[in-house]
Amino acid sequence: MRMLTFAKRNAKELLRDPLNILFGLGFPLVLLLLFSVLQSNIPVAVFEIDTLTPGMSVFGLSFMSLFSATLISKDRESAFLQRLYTTPLTGIDFIFGYMLPLIPMALMQTVICYLFAIPLGLTLSVNIIYAVIGIIPMAVFNISLGLLCGSIFGVKQVGGICGALLTNLSAWLSGVWFDLSLAGGIFEKIASFLPFFHAAQAEKALFSGNAEDAVSHLIPVFGYSIFITAAAVICFLKRGKDFK
Amino acid sequence: MYVIKTEGLVKQYKTLTAVDKLDLEIRQGELFSLLGVNGAGKTTTIKMLTGLVKPTCGDATVGGCSVITQPEKVKRLIGVSPQETAVAPKLSVKENLELICGIHGFSKEKTRAKIGELSEKFSLGTVLSEKAGKLSGGWQRRVSIAMALISEPEILFLDEPTLGLDVIARHELWDIIRSLKGKATVVLTTHYMEEAEALSDRIGIMKNGRLCAVGTAQELKKKAGTDDFESAFVAIVREGEI
Repeated sequence: MRMLTFAKRNAKELLRDPLNILFGLGFPLVLLLLFSVLQSNIPVAVFEIDTLTPGMSVFGLSFMSLFSATLISKDRESAFLQRLYTTPLTGIDFIFGYMLPLIPMALMQTVICYLFAIPLGLTLSVNIIYAVIGIIPMAVFNISLGLLCGSIFGVKQVGGICGALLTNLSAWLSGVWFDLSLAGGIFEKIASFLPFFHAAQAEKALFSGNAEDAVSHLIPVFGYSIFITAAAVICFLKRGKDFK
Repeated sequence: MYVIKTEGLVKQYKTLTAVDKLDLEIRQGELFSLLGVNGAGKTTTIKMLTGLVKPTCGDATVGGCSVITQPEKVKRLIGVSPQETAVAPKLSVKENLELICGIHGFSKEKTRAKIGELSEKFSLGTVLSEKAGKLSGGWQRRVSIAMALISEPEILFLDEPTLGLDVIARHELWDIIRSLKGKATVVLTTHYMEEAEALSDRIGIMKNGRLCAVGTAQELKKKAGTDDFESAFVAIVREGEI
């Protein structure tokens, strides 16, 4: 109950920030539209909506890291977290209180992304539902990464790390914009080592109904999610034990 | 009866000793001020007493519970208004109060009654529906103290409650703090002399993490051999101990 009260507060803080709505929702949709227009003007299939939409929904999740990191670092810097640490809230209440509101937000972002792509020519199929559900492990990864960054860095640093660095990493290393095999070499190796590429591939596979491919790409995403969540929980709780 | 007692309390940050062998006793129901220049160790002391920072050595009991071995029990006895206003900026004042009521497990009826009571006490009626982050510093402090009082704490910690406020807002807040006397033990940190003198039953003066002197404002002036409290404070801090 306490945790839900705290989660409700976090949801309100996030949803009442117009920048969150603008970037979290607006930016991926604008990109989706731009690339669709671009595709309609080039003779070769580079940005086909059926492959672009799953990738874009994964890219959109990088904003969840920014949202969670910003909220936590603001709470730390404003001493709001200090106040809450002197109440009966437990470590588990804090962790889930921060994470829970962002999961439905991530799902909603993905749903809107797919709905927006339908008039742009996206193939309508039941696989959209699987693709939306399949986004959850990557959503958890991004939210936990935000929790980790927010526990370590201040508001300004978080803007740079999660706002600029992470969104770029997610954009370039996920293979959303271009086929990574075209770049090849070390670039492709790094990309295949990180979760962004696997999340985008899993999402594409789920959307196209290729379950086997989806599972093989979801395994590393699960692994990263578990690792980052554990690191975020340890770091958050450690910081909470000593407010300098 | 002492509601707070520290014994040889130390907080060390690498080479900096923020609090150095602090022995402090605060009586039940009194308004006790910790006074000192910046970096004297006031806030670190409050943080140790509220379980936010672990002491390097020594111990402190708050309401008879050790801050080291029984921090969860300590949490149930205290209310804290941190140095920063510490309100949820995008929530309305009412939602901020409801949040703390919810965290303390209040029923809907109790939450409504408590918000009504605090709104009246702190004259929050006109700002209840306004976003806390949009309020002036003075109003945010009021909300912050109201939030700290929701759990009906036995001990209330106010860390520099009037920092950065204009003179009117400061005097309004003093009236509110005075009204708390007798209902809870209040521990207040400040570096405003007139604030400590106007509000406190007793004052502890800290310097370099140590307690230089403790007593009523009158006692401290007498000890320092001065007529005004500011001169007494300066004399005590300069000499280290009187």
